[in-house]
Amino acid sequence: MNLYDKIFPPKKIVLSDGREVLERRSRMPLVILLLVIASWISIDITGFDLSVIMKRGDQFFVILEQMFPPDMNYLSSIWGPLFDTIKMSLLGSAIGAVVAIPFAILAASNVVHNKIIITITRLFLSLVRTMPTLVIALIATYIFGLGTVAGTTAIAVFTFAYIGKLLYEQIETVDMGAYEAMESFGATKLRSFVAAIMPQVLPSYIANCLFCFEGNVRYAAILGYVGAGGLGLILNEKIGWREYPSVGMILITLFITVMLIEAFSHYLRKKLT
Amino acid sequence: MKTNITIQQQLEREPKKWIFQIVSALIFVILMAWSSSTLDFKGVTESGGNVAASILGGILKPDTALLFNFTNQGVPYLLLETMCIAFLGTIVGAVLAIPIAFLSASNIVPKPVALIGRFIIMAIRTIPAFVYGLMFIRVTGPGAFAGLLTMSLCSIGMITKMYIESIEDIDTKILESLDACGCTTFQKIRYGILPQLLPDFASTIIYRFDMNLRDATVLGLVGAGGIGAPLIFAMNAYKWNQVGAILAGLIILVLMIEWFSGKIRIKLARG
Repeated sequence: MNLYDKIFPPKKIVLSDGREVLERRSRMPLVILLLVIASWISIDITGFDLSVIMKRGDQFFVILEQMFPPDMNYLSSIWGPLFDTIKMSLLGSAIGAVVAIPFAILAASNVVHNKIIITITRLFLSLVRTMPTLVIALIATYIFGLGTVAGTTAIAVFTFAYIGKLLYEQIETVDMGAYEAMESFGATKLRSFVAAIMPQVLPSYIANCLFCFEGNVRYAAILGYVGAGGLGLILNEKIGWREYPSVGMILITLFITVMLIEAFSHYLRKKLT
Repeated sequence: MKTNITIQQQLEREPKKWIFQIVSALIFVILMAWSSSTLDFKGVTESGGNVAASILGGILKPDTALLFNFTNQGVPYLLLETMCIAFLGTIVGAVLAIPIAFLSASNIVPKPVALIGRFIIMAIRTIPAFVYGLMFIRVTGPGAFAGLLTMSLCSIGMITKMYIESIEDIDTKILESLDACGCTTFQKIRYGILPQLLPDFASTIIYRFDMNLRDATVLGLVGAGGIGAPLIFAMNAYKWNQVGAILAGLIILVLMIEWFSGKIRIKLARG
């Protein structure tokens, strides 16, 4: 950024008492220029065309209109897959969140002082995090067969990577005083971790887990698309058969469920913090 | 009354929380038992072990011909296309989110209106990406354009939510002091509101771009462009070397973008 200041030298402002202040030139023009270039390239590659949206935009609502009124009779066959989805997310989130704890501890630079262990754990966590969940679900269906086990695995892996990262960042920001005091009393590392660090990170850890669970319920609906069980399975099936009223019913049920879970978890998270 | 208390007394003063702890542990165990009833664990399928081995092999030995193929079937072009979809999708979504966010911020509009706004945002977020993809394919035909529109619609939900938080956090004292200086409405927006909102908004947009890049594989399911379709085709055809090549490209790209966006966001947060 120093180069930028050399090309466009900062403006000098003389204050009323004779002192000089330098005002650096705004970076905004450069940012806007870069954004315009990137947008231009993207428009070229993706074939973005506003006139198509103008002309055929109403086509978007064709499927949406067919979803209403939703098929109420279909509701009775939604309950099973819906609870499958919720159970998958619940179990997957719990497994992922628990497995993440030891990894997060190993990745926290204030607890472990070995640089190599920290780097390897963090690299592992980021690698897992970049793996698309859909790919994990697909691989899981190859290994465990079609069904809820594959979905649970995918959710657990996703939660593991997400919670792992958040947790080690939290552990790094805790107040280390109590931990050091306990160590100086002669407590073991584990004992001092449980007594001094855990109470500090526990509320936000649980809040993050709840937040992750909320997102997972919504995400589990997509996993069904690759045969990983739950609501997505019937959603995919009904879309394939073009039974849009049933699709509408599924989406409304999902909406209400997500809303209830979100309200409940929001309440719990507020209590926690 | 004694002024100094012993350690023993202090320890006894600790609030008794064991009932609460036991109850929450019990609820957790019951929930887990309830949810594990859905698992029909039949063990690993017969071919499962082999598949796992060949996946690992393929990922470790990626198809370099595909990885360094610079035509528009190769990984670099597909990644570029994915990036363009994610970029433009984020931008369109971010622009569309601005009016929605202002209309749902409870310090700008009356509470009922804000509630309706939030309700709409949640409805938009609930519909899975591939359903939007199918809808947009009717508009534009299969391809990157449909993917872009899907991305932008999916981004609106989260971006709006974050925007609303920044808008509700606006410090109104600054506006009052600008008023006291005799600033016009335009000046109040330029010097009072924009500097407060822009860094937060930019940070949100960059974060969402990161997420969109990661989620772009979902679009491939319905043929809405990007790297998802070749990846899923390769997986369904058990061509693990190709899967390895595509995944390697994707992971490197995502890690790079994540690193960059992290740097920019830290800079934005610190001003």
